Amino acid sequence: MTLLLAQMQAIPQSVDYVRILPELVLSIFGILVMVLDPLVDEEKSQKTLGYIGFIGTIAALLSTWYMAQSPGLAFSNIVRVDSFSIFFTCLVIAIAAVVILSSFEYMAVQRIRAGEYYALILFSVVGMVLMASAVELVMIFIGLEISSISTYILAGFRRHEASSSESSLKYFLLGSFATAFFLYGVALMFGATGSTNIDIISQKLQSGSVGLLVYAAMAMMFVGLGFKVAIAPFHIWTPDVYEGAPAPVVGFMSTAPKAAAFAVLLRVVFAINAPGRFWFLWVAAALSMALRNAGALVQSNVKRLLAYSSKAHAGYLLVAFAMTTQENSATGISAAMFYTAAYAAMNVGAFAVVSHFANSGERFVNLEDYEGLGRSSPLLAATLTIFLLSLIGIPITGGFFAKFYVFSAALRADLVWLTLIGVVNSAIGAYYYLRIIVVMYMRESRKQVPVTPVPFGLATALAVSIFATLYLGILPNRILQLAQHSAQDLLPQPPAAAAQMPQPAPTSVH
Amino acid sequence: MNTDHLSPYILTLVTFVPLAGALLLVLLPRRDRDIRIFSLVVSLLAFGLSLHLPVHLHRGQPGFQFEIDKPWISSPNIHYHMGTDGISVWLIVLTTFLTPLCVLISWKSVRDRVKEFFILLLILETALIGVFTSLDLFLFYFFWEATLIPMALLIGVFGHERKVYAAVKFFMYTMIASVFMLAAILWLYAQTHSFDFVTIRDAIANHQVANFPAAAQWLFLGFFIAFAVKVPLFPFHTWLPDAHVEAPTAGSVLLAGVLLKMGTYGMLRFNLGLFPDQARSNAPWIIALALIGIIYGALVAMVQPNMKKLIAYSSVSHLGFVVLGIFSFTTAGLNGAMFVMLAHGVSTGGLFMLAGVLHERRHTYEISEFGGLASPMPVYAASFLFIVLASVGLPLLNGFVGEFLVLSGAFQAKPLYGTLAATGVIWSACYLLWMFQRVFYGKVTHPVNNSVSDLLGFEKAAIWPCAVAALVMGVAPIMWLAAIDPAVQAALTPFAQVVSKVVVQ
Repeated sequence: MTLLLAQMQAIPQSVDYVRILPELVLSIFGILVMVLDPLVDEEKSQKTLGYIGFIGTIAALLSTWYMAQSPGLAFSNIVRVDSFSIFFTCLVIAIAAVVILSSFEYMAVQRIRAGEYYALILFSVVGMVLMASAVELVMIFIGLEISSISTYILAGFRRHEASSSESSLKYFLLGSFATAFFLYGVALMFGATGSTNIDIISQKLQSGSVGLLVYAAMAMMFVGLGFKVAIAPFHIWTPDVYEGAPAPVVGFMSTAPKAAAFAVLLRVVFAINAPGRFWFLWVAAALSMALRNAGALVQSNVKRLLAYSSKAHAGYLLVAFAMTTQENSATGISAAMFYTAAYAAMNVGAFAVVSHFANSGERFVNLEDYEGLGRSSPLLAATLTIFLLSLIGIPITGGFFAKFYVFSAALRADLVWLTLIGVVNSAIGAYYYLRIIVVMYMRESRKQVPVTPVPFGLATALAVSIFATLYLGILPNRILQLAQHSAQDLLPQPPAAAAQMPQPAPTSVH
Repeated sequence: MNTDHLSPYILTLVTFVPLAGALLLVLLPRRDRDIRIFSLVVSLLAFGLSLHLPVHLHRGQPGFQFEIDKPWISSPNIHYHMGTDGISVWLIVLTTFLTPLCVLISWKSVRDRVKEFFILLLILETALIGVFTSLDLFLFYFFWEATLIPMALLIGVFGHERKVYAAVKFFMYTMIASVFMLAAILWLYAQTHSFDFVTIRDAIANHQVANFPAAAQWLFLGFFIAFAVKVPLFPFHTWLPDAHVEAPTAGSVLLAGVLLKMGTYGMLRFNLGLFPDQARSNAPWIIALALIGIIYGALVAMVQPNMKKLIAYSSVSHLGFVVLGIFSFTTAGLNGAMFVMLAHGVSTGGLFMLAGVLHERRHTYEISEFGGLASPMPVYAASFLFIVLASVGLPLLNGFVGEFLVLSGAFQAKPLYGTLAATGVIWSACYLLWMFQRVFYGKVTHPVNNSVSDLLGFEKAAIWPCAVAALVMGVAPIMWLAAIDPAVQAALTPFAQVVSKVVVQ
């Protein structure tokens, strides 16, 4: 007890604050938006708040760069800055920046008072960044809650629509249930190993025998995280939630919280070197890939369709998790990280187009509304096509290399059947993305669907997404090397190397 | 002329000139005439550049030439490795030869979304050439998949009534088949840490690949299924008639002329090159499918009321010859297979263009809608007859040489193969000449047909080069075979003992 007290009294050094600088910057800008919201003019100033939010994300990106100069542990080993956490920090902040840019127009068209919208995005990003960088399960839980609660509210932002409230409520009820599972898992893990620190748990599990309690703890944590990343069989919520939530929010919550949750999952699976995970992950991956095809083929709502697709992508990503040996794990982790980045780029972009096209009250989100878009708005259609091709996994897009890395990692680990299930599903899955392309280019429009010009903010957001999608598809080297580097940081060091590392101070209560 | 300094870059140039043209087209204003002229210039430029390859190819020398090998992505170890030999060089030239003709034949028939059409056509050309030049398996797969989208869009946007159905069917069929190839490629990479064709081939030949004997049959099938759907080998052919009937003329020409050859080229290069033992052991049922394809394709072609469908089924039949030639493992058979590929590209390309000309005037492909066309359209009828005869395999025209070589190879392998395949030659004469008779001879049955105009200038410019090529290829096949033969000999080295055994028998 005294030990814990001593630690709690330990005064944080200034470097500790540097190591959570992005979180601080984002929180400050979030608070700023909230404070300014009642003060500024109703009609005109909504955009100003949005710009403040956008500047906040840019400032956070810059502060991440500053933070990256001083890697290490902070706040009594709760947070660690390493290339792994920096990768995900940059990713979620970048997603938020693009989403904020693409929301300006949406908010104006939907006549939603948007002040707290931008603040909530910033706050949820704070939670995600904490999830990515925390090495303490309790801190991860807090990060998870911060990000989830903000996202629950964001899902219900179309206040006057019943479907949006439904979406928010469903997401909230099921989501809190899932986080409870996660917390229960953390508690069991603490019971089994006497610690909630990932490094210590990892050492304990490597040295000692693994009891039943550890398996139960892993299963609980997996359920909680599985819900967040929407893998089968914890995915049933996605279509309803995605359908009701505002389109830019869907773009946000199908990428950023998932990226953060995958970061946690990577830590839990690989840094702890979770025992007994193999078949668990195998089955979940196979189910996620296969189940969505059944559902997605009959969807006519584009948002629902993309919801089903996000489930499948979570399945492909999960393939990279089913690695067991040290060497394969590194490939698996880097493949998963690359996939997260590529998926973020293409999905945010696709939803930005969908949210622009939805028009007021989200009237135009059905497949038949996209008929003839190739003629009435060729540039927008071409943009969406690039994202869809990337989601299919066609060469020169990021989606191709993402799938490629995942499946080659799986084959290197001799997961031949899982790979076959994956590649066949990705080919079948091409059909429903193709449907969107088909209606855009090969059918004449039967309905009068207004096409408004693309405003500057959205154009920038789309340009960034396209650039990222193609960059990852043509020159994937750099990002992959970053991911490989991070994978080395994440994996527990072999005992010989670990002995030379400074021992993390124990946080257990004895 | 010393052009050796060009040689490492010539393949890159040939491959990417059309793509560069397509990108420039994006920037060009929507003046249809300028766009057409520009596309023609670009495709002719690519053709001119590609002629450098056969001219400067060292014919006696086996192995790849004009190679370029630069690291592209370090991990996984992907190289930008291109090269060509006697097998692929003519397929590259075939692609660049047909594309300008496609531009010409689409001159007037494409009136809507002209810019998009030519952009897609040029992108397709780059992807097709890339398939034949890549020596890195990854790069190969990359171009292989890249051909899908422009082709599917050409069918789906510019096609006829059931275009969407045909485009989606085409896309899904070939996409699903090619992921098996991707899985096989990834497996090879996981074991050898290389995508390089030559490296992998040598590693397999020297038994340096772990777990190879256990997996070899599956790998062979993984590649084979992708190629068999593309060829298309019976029973994977059902996408082809739909795609052809609905495709615009230029799409059909490239589809029949080049896209199908991607499959047979793949079999020759990868199935035979990488897995000689499995190719040998699987040959009987593959040959059986090829023979069924030859006869079934011909019989079905016979009863088609639709001209384009008839030509499509004739492709199934002709491509059966190619597969038969490849899996006969004889020099004559392989030489013949290569020659049939080229001859079929030229003559079937020509037939599709001719059918397109008729559709342009009457908006139908139904044979019963025509009759007695020889009197209103004499030039057209003469051109049609010439190409039909080339396709039938009249001696001194290109179809004869290839089929003769394939048949003699098949006889060497097993007389039964040759006998059965030979009936295919007869069938093809039947259905093509019967079709010609119904369309051109007799009295004009439909009064509308009296007023249809004969071939226009740009149509002559598109079709006659095919006729000329058919004649030259028939008269002087040695010009082509001189380059093909050494490469084929090299491809057959792993089968050497097999060949000699056949000779002894």
